[in-house]
Amino acid sequence: MNTRETQPSKLLKGATGDWEVVVGMEIHAQVTSKAKLFSGASAEYGGEPNNHVSLVDAAMPGMLPVINEECVKQAIRTGLGLQAQINLRSVFDRKNYFYPDLPQGYQISQYKHPIVGEGEVIVDVTPSERITVGIERLHLEQDAGKSIHDLSATESHVDLNRSGVALMEIVSKPDIRSAEEARAYVSKLRTILRYIGSCDGNMEQGSLRADVNVSVRKPGAPFGTRCEIKNVNSIRFIGQAVEVEARRQIGILEDGGVIAQETRLFDPGKGETRSMRSKEEAHDYRYFPDPDLLPLEFDQAYVDALKVELPELPDEKRARFVADYGLPPYDAGVLVAERASADFFEEAAKGRDAKLVANWVINELFGRLNKEGLDITRSPVSAAAIGAIVDLISTSVISGKIGKDLFEIVWQEGGDPREIVETRGLKQVTDTGAIEKAIDEIIAANPDKVAQAKAKPTMLGWFVGQVMKATGGKANPQAVNELLKSRLGV
Amino acid sequence: MSDPTHLSLAEARDALVAKKLSATELTKAHIEAIEKARALNAFLTETPELALEAARDSDARIARGEARPLEGLPLGIKDLYCTKGVRTTAASRILDDFTPTYESTVSANLWRDGALMLGKLNLDEFAMGSSNETSAFGPVVSPWRRKKGEGFDDAKIVPGGSSGGSSAAVAARLALGATATDTGGSIRQPAAFTGTVGIKPTYGRCSRWGIVAFASSLDQAGPITRTVRDAAIMLRSMAGHDPKDTTSVDAPVPDYEAAIGASVKGRRIGIPKEYRIGGGAEINALWDQGVAWLRDAGAEIVEISLPHTRFALPAYYIIAPAEASSNLARYDGVRYGLREKGRDIADMYEKTRAKGFGAEVRRRVMIGAYVLSHGYYDAFYVRAQKIRSLIKRDFDEAFAAGVDAVLTPATPSTAFAQGEKGAADPVEMYLNDIFTVTVNMAGLPGIAVPGGLGADGLPLGLQLIGRPFDEATLFSLAAALESAAPKIDFPQPWWTDAK
Amino acid sequence: MSVDQATVRRIAHLARIAVEDQEVERLGAELNAILDFVAELSSVDVEGVEPLTSVLPMQMKKRQDVVTDGGFADAILANAPEKDDHYFVVPKVVE
Repeated sequence: MNTRETQPSKLLKGATGDWEVVVGMEIHAQVTSKAKLFSGASAEYGGEPNNHVSLVDAAMPGMLPVINEECVKQAIRTGLGLQAQINLRSVFDRKNYFYPDLPQGYQISQYKHPIVGEGEVIVDVTPSERITVGIERLHLEQDAGKSIHDLSATESHVDLNRSGVALMEIVSKPDIRSAEEARAYVSKLRTILRYIGSCDGNMEQGSLRADVNVSVRKPGAPFGTRCEIKNVNSIRFIGQAVEVEARRQIGILEDGGVIAQETRLFDPGKGETRSMRSKEEAHDYRYFPDPDLLPLEFDQAYVDALKVELPELPDEKRARFVADYGLPPYDAGVLVAERASADFFEEAAKGRDAKLVANWVINELFGRLNKEGLDITRSPVSAAAIGAIVDLISTSVISGKIGKDLFEIVWQEGGDPREIVETRGLKQVTDTGAIEKAIDEIIAANPDKVAQAKAKPTMLGWFVGQVMKATGGKANPQAVNELLKSRLGV
Repeated sequence: MSDPTHLSLAEARDALVAKKLSATELTKAHIEAIEKARALNAFLTETPELALEAARDSDARIARGEARPLEGLPLGIKDLYCTKGVRTTAASRILDDFTPTYESTVSANLWRDGALMLGKLNLDEFAMGSSNETSAFGPVVSPWRRKKGEGFDDAKIVPGGSSGGSSAAVAARLALGATATDTGGSIRQPAAFTGTVGIKPTYGRCSRWGIVAFASSLDQAGPITRTVRDAAIMLRSMAGHDPKDTTSVDAPVPDYEAAIGASVKGRRIGIPKEYRIGGGAEINALWDQGVAWLRDAGAEIVEISLPHTRFALPAYYIIAPAEASSNLARYDGVRYGLREKGRDIADMYEKTRAKGFGAEVRRRVMIGAYVLSHGYYDAFYVRAQKIRSLIKRDFDEAFAAGVDAVLTPATPSTAFAQGEKGAADPVEMYLNDIFTVTVNMAGLPGIAVPGGLGADGLPLGLQLIGRPFDEATLFSLAAALESAAPKIDFPQPWWTDAK
Repeated sequence: MSVDQATVRRIAHLARIAVEDQEVERLGAELNAILDFVAELSSVDVEGVEPLTSVLPMQMKKRQDVVTDGGFADAILANAPEKDDHYFVVPKVVE
């Protein structure tokens, strides 16, 4: 199966030639809900050990699952966000295996008949490259509890607070061809989930985890044997894991070896993947339909009603930003990556030059927020303040340079930009008399430069700089330019 | 009043309300009977203090004129039902001293209606068995004995299974009624073996919440009593929708007692010819007799065909073990129950489960794991579920053709003695369920009613199978059979001196 | 279809039930007796028949997304064979 054309730029160089890396991903996304998938216990992260646990979650004798409607809705909404087939009838199966943090001795999952079928995600890898990653399926399943191995040398401790929390497993097709694409795919998926509100996307708390399937092949060859790298928990690590696993496989193949299909673990500290031998035991999960649960059924009207209530999704928003605000597609993409930043932009851009606002938001604000490690929702500079700064610049009240200083003042001290401009005398000098006076002084003090400038007009910049310096940066740069040209006769 | 344990549940209810008898007297009489009947091994746990406390409360309520439908009526509870604060074993070592912090919905419904618990009743381990011989706490002895000349044989007779403690306790008058469960015949077969009445209601009629699961798609709760009326009274309280069990049906529970004595004139009774094959001459003769009784009561008899009947038992022995193998995976020694030390976690699991489960349970769990395993799932499990569709279709077609109920034998023969069956070949024991298992496979209600005694002096039963959720019709037909059949005289308590 | 001794051991391990060497042969015979008994099913024509998923012709009810349960770790651990500070404790699990 060749899901995508080979792109030479994506290939990895090996000793024997180029290799193509093929990646597919299984993302486990915790469903945003108050209660668990099949019980009324809290799905909240943390808590005292075994306190968010019902009798059902602890698999006490005679306990039965009852499905949480919210989790079903969230799965459908997510499926709609992935442009996917919504299956009006799906079936819960039991996946049987023994593990201390799996109280029932089986995980309730969906095997043969998932709630969501094929869909797709559009991913902007770079400003100039867009790919489509196919979605194979999405299904609902229970999370397991947590085994803690470091509280004792000889024993493991089991906390079932996570046991039974709802997860969506989102399985991609093997459509990803590089570490960069893998990172971009997960970022985009996370954006979609956050827009929909079906998963908070918090990778530190494990709300989003990825199993990454990696194989390599010579361009045009059939897919190679894949290895599954389990539970990678940051976007950066996903990229690293793809990179090092692909390199490892290429090394083996080029040495004449073969890849063993296996489950591996990524060790970010050592920058390598290693085999999880304990999971290598031949699994036989003995899937069968859970007899405690009837098939999950709903009608198209139910799906349609959920569709109507979906928020504007990132791709639609991006398209609208391009069409309505005239933004370059990549900038629009940057702005819509988070719903909050898109909202911030729209508030700031209202009634203004949207491109200018976009530049300010992307370059100044995002840059500063990143530097400080702040979220847009905690920005010290409000959308209204950005708007005011842009207004002051575009009406020539202040220069762009002063605008940056003003931004810094608002960031540090807060306050209304208009008032700050007034009280601190930041207004641009457009009075030609004052500018001419400064020019005369500079010309008088630097006769040698004047001579140079007449011979070499690029020297004009030096004079502009001097004038700006003399006026405290407040002179209107356009006026300075024109006056200088006429005075110097260049 | 003479011995109150000789009252039926309905008679006791009426006597309490009429204040001819107190709940305390009634309860004490049963507690004494239980104490004297330990040789039967029917109870795994006796709860006399709890029973007497509840009886005093009932007496107070009756005095205030606030009697509930089952006020003060002492019952036995199959030890598959989780009971809050009272050890629950499923007759297995693996549950050890497990003491639930919760009450099963069905038993809670009984307590809501005023009934009280005498104790927990023995059963086949995890309800897997047809003779109560697989209990980790020893077999239950039936109060019935085989005739030998003018006297009785010494052989200990089985009370059927898996609800053997329930059937024995009710037949021995140790309780007015008992809860039971039925996955392949575990209510109806023991009822037939002990001359009692047992109904397995439609799948979904009773909540399964809090009842230790054997095979989820087949398990149903129901009562065992000494009369059809008593079964109707108990089932009304036990049944009903439970939001905690999504396979329970949200439909009103009729007053089943009102169906007792209703005319069966014109009711159309199907006689499935395929059921001729499974039983002996004696049971076939009783079956013919049952047909005659219903005909005499005005019912119309029609021969019907249920062509997939003979595949029901083999299909059951794929589906039930498959579900059981998964349902019993939770008994792993981690959160409750027995734990055997092991060198690592896998060793701990294997030793715990080897020691905790008895031979029959181990066998079924292994068969279940096998039929679900890779490469066999389609050939066994999926095929069995397809055959189950065909079995259900047979019944659907019969009912669609106007049949109101189906009459069959309940068991192929009278009860056997301990150790007589299944020792060499487990399948020999399984054949006991040949007439009952189809009903579970199709999710239908079925009731076992005593028809008389066999040549060996042991009871024989008939089974009526009804339309889904039409238990009322079964009760009226069963009552007609009960009144036509010779009255069952329950055994005199020979066991009080037995060791 | 018949199970051999290796299969008996494999199934026993899948089911996490320890079997003694001397049990294997007997268990195999018992399992084969049951498999012989169910072998009859292969003669049934099931062409076009859907496997039964539920005997109930009804839709599955769903619960509302409300926290109604939990908050009783003591009860959850009440029957634990081994516990430590509200954790279940098991022999060391090696990842």
